[in-house]
Amino acid sequence: MITLLEARAVNKRFGGLQALTDVSLHINRGEIYGLIGPNGAGKTTFFNVLTGAYAIDGGEFVMNGSELPVGMPHLVAAHGIARTFQNIRLFREMTALENVMAGHHIRSSAGVWDILFQTRKTREEERLMAERGLEILAYVGIPQHADTLARNLSYGDQRRLEIARALATEPQMLALDEPAAGMNATETVGLRQLIETIRHDGITVLLIEHDVKLIMGLCDRVAVLDFGKKIAEGTPAEVKRNPDVIRAYLGANHAH
Amino acid sequence: MESFLQQLVNGLVSGSIYALVALGYTMVYGILGLINFAHGEILMIGALVALQTIVFVSKVAPGLPPLALFAIGTGVAIPVCMAVGYLIERIAYRRLRNAPRLAPLITAIGVSFLLQTLAMIFWGRNFHAFPELLDTTPLQPIEGIFLAPVQLLTIVTALVVMVALMLLINKTRMGRAMRAVAENHRVAGLMGINANGIIAATFIIGSALAALAGVLFASNYAIAHYSMGFTPGLKAFTAAVLGGIGNIPGAMVGGLVLGLVESFGAGYIETLTFGLLNSSYQDIFAFGILGIVLIFRPSGLLGERVADRA
Amino acid sequence: MTSFSTSRSLPGPLNDPRTQRILIIVGALVAPLIALSFGASWVRILDFALLYVLLAIGLNLVVGFAGLLDLGYIAFYAVGAYTWAFLASPHFGLHLPFWFILPLGAAFAGIAGVFLGFPTLRLRGDYLAIVTLGFGEIIRIFLNNLNQPINITNGPQGIDQIDSLNIAGLDLARNIDLFGFKIHSLVLYYYAFLFCVVIALIVVRRFQISRIGRAWASIREDEMAAKAIGIDTRGMKLLAFAMGATFGGVSGGLFAAFQGFVSPESFSLLESIAILTMVVLGGMGNLAGVVLGAVLLTALPEILRFIAIPLQMMLFDKVYLDPEVLRMLLLSLAMILMMLWRPAGLLPARTRYAHREGRTA
Repeated sequence: MITLLEARAVNKRFGGLQALTDVSLHINRGEIYGLIGPNGAGKTTFFNVLTGAYAIDGGEFVMNGSELPVGMPHLVAAHGIARTFQNIRLFREMTALENVMAGHHIRSSAGVWDILFQTRKTREEERLMAERGLEILAYVGIPQHADTLARNLSYGDQRRLEIARALATEPQMLALDEPAAGMNATETVGLRQLIETIRHDGITVLLIEHDVKLIMGLCDRVAVLDFGKKIAEGTPAEVKRNPDVIRAYLGANHAH
Repeated sequence: MESFLQQLVNGLVSGSIYALVALGYTMVYGILGLINFAHGEILMIGALVALQTIVFVSKVAPGLPPLALFAIGTGVAIPVCMAVGYLIERIAYRRLRNAPRLAPLITAIGVSFLLQTLAMIFWGRNFHAFPELLDTTPLQPIEGIFLAPVQLLTIVTALVVMVALMLLINKTRMGRAMRAVAENHRVAGLMGINANGIIAATFIIGSALAALAGVLFASNYAIAHYSMGFTPGLKAFTAAVLGGIGNIPGAMVGGLVLGLVESFGAGYIETLTFGLLNSSYQDIFAFGILGIVLIFRPSGLLGERVADRA
Repeated sequence: MTSFSTSRSLPGPLNDPRTQRILIIVGALVAPLIALSFGASWVRILDFALLYVLLAIGLNLVVGFAGLLDLGYIAFYAVGAYTWAFLASPHFGLHLPFWFILPLGAAFAGIAGVFLGFPTLRLRGDYLAIVTLGFGEIIRIFLNNLNQPINITNGPQGIDQIDSLNIAGLDLARNIDLFGFKIHSLVLYYYAFLFCVVIALIVVRRFQISRIGRAWASIREDEMAAKAIGIDTRGMKLLAFAMGATFGGVSGGLFAAFQGFVSPESFSLLESIAILTMVVLGGMGNLAGVVLGAVLLTALPEILRFIAIPLQMMLFDKVYLDPEVLRMLLLSLAMILMMLWRPAGLLPARTRYAHREGRTA
């Protein structure tokens, strides 16, 4: 098992509130890794610090042996971590295909002069990006919506599109923030299949979820946060039996 | 070149006017996250309506003492501006409360422009002389400083208004409601607060203050014209940002600071730049300060207070 | 190719995009000749309309594509105009050719755009608007006052006797005789400007349907999400700003050559707002709409000027609304009403950021 990403003593403070305290964990290449915990435990904060949306107040992230840039979301994405958002942030007035092709931005290279003079290289790249975009849309299951405006898609399709857009950045790791939120049982099954396919094709997946059944069934390993601290890390079976975890969840009246 | 203390007085006078207008900007921004571009024009409308009223009344009742004319002029200008402010919110801004960010901003610019154009139609392009109703004979409280009663009135008015506004915001029910709506107007609505009403009230209060500022401006500088609101409006917004947008004491502080910086700056600019720039560059101070504040300390001197609109 | 309006509104053949295209091309080519029959001043108006179209295309890039509200856009126009005035007039005694000055003016404007954009583009939308407004005003104040201690801009009097556009010996300020046909100088300028507009449209369209155009649209739609997929939003915004500025610079140079005279008055906030209104009429992003908006907002005030005074004299024996005021009324009302009722613009065609050809499913 090769470690892809390591979090070392990550700290984050908001004014007087310590949101994350010395959180350390590691994610292996090719795993599906879950991050769970009661509400307010710091899961999304961890996500935001990892992906650069928030600045870090201590500690570091190491990916493939080298330190990940902090506080600069676009650099983190360039390094190979693509994220989705809890409340779906698509480019609403663009079509599904355009959304996905936007994801290709960092993996393409046509510059100002190339575009101005429409060099053959540029035109070829544009054509390839469109092709690749259609492939990715088919991969996530919405090829028929290539020319539909993002805001006109159904909720489930919008989630898929967001994943498609993230995949277009050719990430090493896909970080999904509550991808199953608002989905019914059928949609969740479809999502689970998609995530497993993504992992099968070599992309590591980090996921935050409240749907414990999904996490326990899907993830290889899981970390549990509570009040900004990691209280357990291991396989779902191990974590389920952990007394600290049970205590943390029982307090929030969570039944599994 | 005037003495240091004299420039201090001048700065406090213009600063007080900026503060009165800045309060309106800061309250609206605090609640709606919108720069009410049209706010500066309310100052202009206040001044011109007051002028119109004074001219009319002095024809109809020629014997009235100047102070009474001033009071009547102000007394008409303020409600008119309150109505204008309310109408602007109701007609132009309310529909766009949930629109993407640029839309209300562009509409505000359009409204500002429309008001200037309408003023140009009603009152013409000329610069009108505003009568000297308040005593402008300078008193000499301290050797070397000339403080006219109108100037004193301006400074005192601004202070009184600010104290009254602080009391309103912190000690009254409506003030509490305003703070709640500023935090989150949907939730405030769920708590039984009439958010629309509070927002309208914010505009109305701000407009009243701007009307007051307009009358004081016109009295101090003896002039009123259709474009008089633009530059003071911009400067007042700068003052609001300088003090911390959404922060009411901040608007006051920002206004006074800006007035003082402008006054001293205009006084010393020639010596500071070895004659390269002269006092006609005065307006650049405000823009320069705005740029510097926004780039280096966007939360302003006293810290901003804006609703979380994530 | 965009087709204007859905098939519901226009009769039969007018709906075919190809027919529409042909009509527009023919219309654009004969317009000055038709206008000439009404009088040379109408051709002059068309020429100005084309200059505004150029400006609107440039501002559309900044506001419509990238979503950055620049209220001081006219400053770049001023930079381009004064560059031409400095380098092709008796003011400094220089008379350089257009192929040197125009790119230089564009470059200066672009640099100004970078200087302005670098510290300010990370500001919130409304703050950016005010700061850019301030920038526009600062430029105007400097233009007005830089006549002492050394005279650079000649202050409020402006610079006149500016060289006209001279292409390979052909001086566009002179009427010419071609195979016995007399071609008016204003018509010559029209075709020169039309050429520039066409080039501008081609350039902008290429960027629109490219990875950069998609990056701009992404930033406009949701900057946070754009960053999350790796787009260097700061760099892209700066690019949009600078590119838009260069369009302004080129238009400015052409304006100086055409009018023969520049003064700070031509570069007021009113002009920035006028151009913004044109972009708003176009629906912020829609190129065809922006062009239409620019033409409408240049032509309408002139048409109003033509009828307003005689009409008012006839009805009221007094002119209440002079043409300047009418123009301001038109602009402010257009801006407000468009935002309230038709934010998508006059022509509802959707702006496309990817090609459609060669796909079946």
